[in-house]
Amino acid sequence: MSQHIKLKKGLNIPIAGEAVKEVTKTVLPDVVFVKPTDFRGLVPKLVVKEGDRVLAGQPLFVDKARQEICFCAPCSGTVEAIVRGDKRKLLGVRVKADANCEYAQHQPLKVEAADAAKIKQALIERGLWPMIQQRPYGIVANPDATPKSIFVSAMATAPLAADLDFVLGSQVGYIQVAINALAKLTNGGIHLSLDAETFLGSDFHKLTNVIQHTFSGPHPAGNVGVQINHISPINKGETVWTVDLLSLATIGKCLKDGIYDVTRMVAVTGPAAVNPSYVKGIQGMPMSAFAEYVGEKINEDASGVRMISGNVLTGENVGADGFLGFFDNQVTLLSEGDYCEMFGWIKPFRVKKFSFSRTYWSRFCKSKKYNMDTNTNGGVRAFFVSDVYGKVLPMDIYPVYLFKACLAKDIEKMENLGIYEVVEEDVALCEYVCPSKIDIQSIISDGINLMLKEMA
Amino acid sequence: MNGLRKYVDKIKPTFEKGGKLSALGSTFEAFESFLFVPKRTTLRGSHVRDSVDLKRVIIIAMFALIPSILFGMYNIGYQHNLAIGGNMGFWPIVWYGFLKILPLYLVTYIVGLAIEFGSAQIQGHEVNEGFLFTGLIIPLIVPVTVPLWMLAIAVAFAVIIGKEVFGGTGMNIWNPALIARAFLFFSYPNQMSGDDVWVSLRKADVAIDGFSGATPLSQISGGLENVHYSVADMFFGFIPGSVGETSKLCILIGACILIYTGVASWKIMFSSCAGGLAIGALACALGVTDVPAYYHLLMGGFLFGSVFMATDPVTAAQTECGKWIYGFLIGAIAVVIRLFNPGYPEGMMLAILLMNTFAPLIDHCVVNKNIKKRLARAKTV
Repeated sequence: MSQHIKLKKGLNIPIAGEAVKEVTKTVLPDVVFVKPTDFRGLVPKLVVKEGDRVLAGQPLFVDKARQEICFCAPCSGTVEAIVRGDKRKLLGVRVKADANCEYAQHQPLKVEAADAAKIKQALIERGLWPMIQQRPYGIVANPDATPKSIFVSAMATAPLAADLDFVLGSQVGYIQVAINALAKLTNGGIHLSLDAETFLGSDFHKLTNVIQHTFSGPHPAGNVGVQINHISPINKGETVWTVDLLSLATIGKCLKDGIYDVTRMVAVTGPAAVNPSYVKGIQGMPMSAFAEYVGEKINEDASGVRMISGNVLTGENVGADGFLGFFDNQVTLLSEGDYCEMFGWIKPFRVKKFSFSRTYWSRFCKSKKYNMDTNTNGGVRAFFVSDVYGKVLPMDIYPVYLFKACLAKDIEKMENLGIYEVVEEDVALCEYVCPSKIDIQSIISDGINLMLKEMA
Repeated sequence: MNGLRKYVDKIKPTFEKGGKLSALGSTFEAFESFLFVPKRTTLRGSHVRDSVDLKRVIIIAMFALIPSILFGMYNIGYQHNLAIGGNMGFWPIVWYGFLKILPLYLVTYIVGLAIEFGSAQIQGHEVNEGFLFTGLIIPLIVPVTVPLWMLAIAVAFAVIIGKEVFGGTGMNIWNPALIARAFLFFSYPNQMSGDDVWVSLRKADVAIDGFSGATPLSQISGGLENVHYSVADMFFGFIPGSVGETSKLCILIGACILIYTGVASWKIMFSSCAGGLAIGALACALGVTDVPAYYHLLMGGFLFGSVFMATDPVTAAQTECGKWIYGFLIGAIAVVIRLFNPGYPEGMMLAILLMNTFAPLIDHCVVNKNIKKRLARAKTV
């Protein structure tokens, strides 16, 4: 029942700084940081103290509500600090890494012979469970539930995203193991979405035990939420699970070889990146490892270069002292935009500026890549142009009405208008194109948090 | 430019919180952001943002109005010249029109912006750009002879009751420019309709014998044979009427700019014209009138309303499907009013205001369809 789905709505933001497919550095970090804040709604409970020694794959903290779900150290070392914020909220655990990583050893699991319960137990015990996310809400999946189906996107359409074939092509074997394991946890099968243009040459096309779909179209066609909406939309009361390819490779390796290996190839991208390329690193590695890639800011008045863990739409501004996020395999370097441009809005040409709307000339230079910065390009206003959001959201949803329902905290309306089908990344482009400069991802985020609270 | 920036930076603290003139903070912010793109950066969510903002949208919409304004200016002088039977040259005609239109703009902008700045100051938010466009449009939809004090009251009414009470640009239910016109129309009907208000004359001027300042719309209520203007005159705009509405050519140029840039919805423009033509043709076919359907597009403010006012994104229907219905009904209702209400020849204003009122209802129905679909999907699974 594989199908081809053609999407027209959306936008590939033409931002400069795509990573060249070449590994220019291998980093063995001296310190790593694991953040519970990478998971929505997680209340963590620490299981280590400062000075404890941990191996790669040993738990640092667990989910307070479901204490069997643990979050593990990406490499071996000594717990150096437990970082807390306001009201003693746990912000993360810093681990001083050993020079040579030692892994906690698990028994290789024979996936073919194992049943669902055994696979679940292995995933939970080995700290792999947090990699399985649940929709609605985009939270860590509930191990007691049986999802309608599991969705995997093998398409990276986000701005400057790492090339999946390049980073994970060699790990198809592990991904296949993970797929075989996860397939036993659902009755609806695993849906794998591939890029319609390149799937024949892709390593992921060889994956079996999945229902393959092909998608074509601009971002957010590669977002798993958009794909679910077209393959089998989520209804009230249903849950599906999503796992990204990077996590599948980790899961597969841990089941097959028995080690928790979260080393990854990280794409260093962005207009402010010198020599954008790939770095071999690890989950939770420090941003200081990317210092040599930081280039010049866009304008002498600008305050510096922003270091983002993730892409420009959904990534987190972690700063030069920050660390790579749990799910991220991309770093974006972007010049700050805090400088003034005289009469910017009235200038007829402004050829250095890109706009999705046709109020600028950028549509005449389609192949041009733009040196963007973090300026909002305007002040915050009320919603006044309402048809622009739908043009970048290829889902059967009326975005503005959903946003307004979230703002009004009207649970029933949110439910009716499709809050179950979206997470922040799906509406990130709406936020990008918004002429009123409204923080739409925050609106949806608050909406989802409200749903979680009310539905608990 | 650097000097100006330095000066602005120097005086900025005076207007910030705790400064001597902090009460004028919004006003300062408005002027500063008029001069410079503010140095504000993204804090949450998407780190890059599109280059378009409300200022850019408004400036493009204003740009699209320029042909109509220029021609309107010329036509004021042209009609004046016809009325006095003079033989003024091109530039004197333009100059006459300019002198007539300038006070209208001065009054509109001074009154409107004063209220906008004041209310932004009171509410402590940034000044919205919306009135720049509203203010540009109001003088174009009134007769050139409108007394300035009436215009001032109408503008104040439109900005306060039509917009600010709802929370400013983006929150209003009705098109503020049309609120101003409706206010004038119902409060001072003698100055807003009839055959004498459309042509500007100086005190000493006397219209020559046989000159009529009647618009095609008022002539046509007596039957098609009463219309003295050729189709070409009506298309190019050499007819009496509200300042900006006469030249359909200039309006179409504006429409092209709006449609190309995507600032206004072509669906609303198209469906509104379709609605007008459909009812016009139906009335012809049934023998209600002998006015050909396309006349309705050429007479009065139909086209101007369809292009510049019905498409106001805030007050129009916001769903794609809703736009078709909304536009069609505007055109249809406007022509129905024209045909069946002889006391009120121009139906466009009321049609748009009426549909502004019903636009949320149309959207509600369209969105509800989506909700029902979602619920049905949940039940069948």
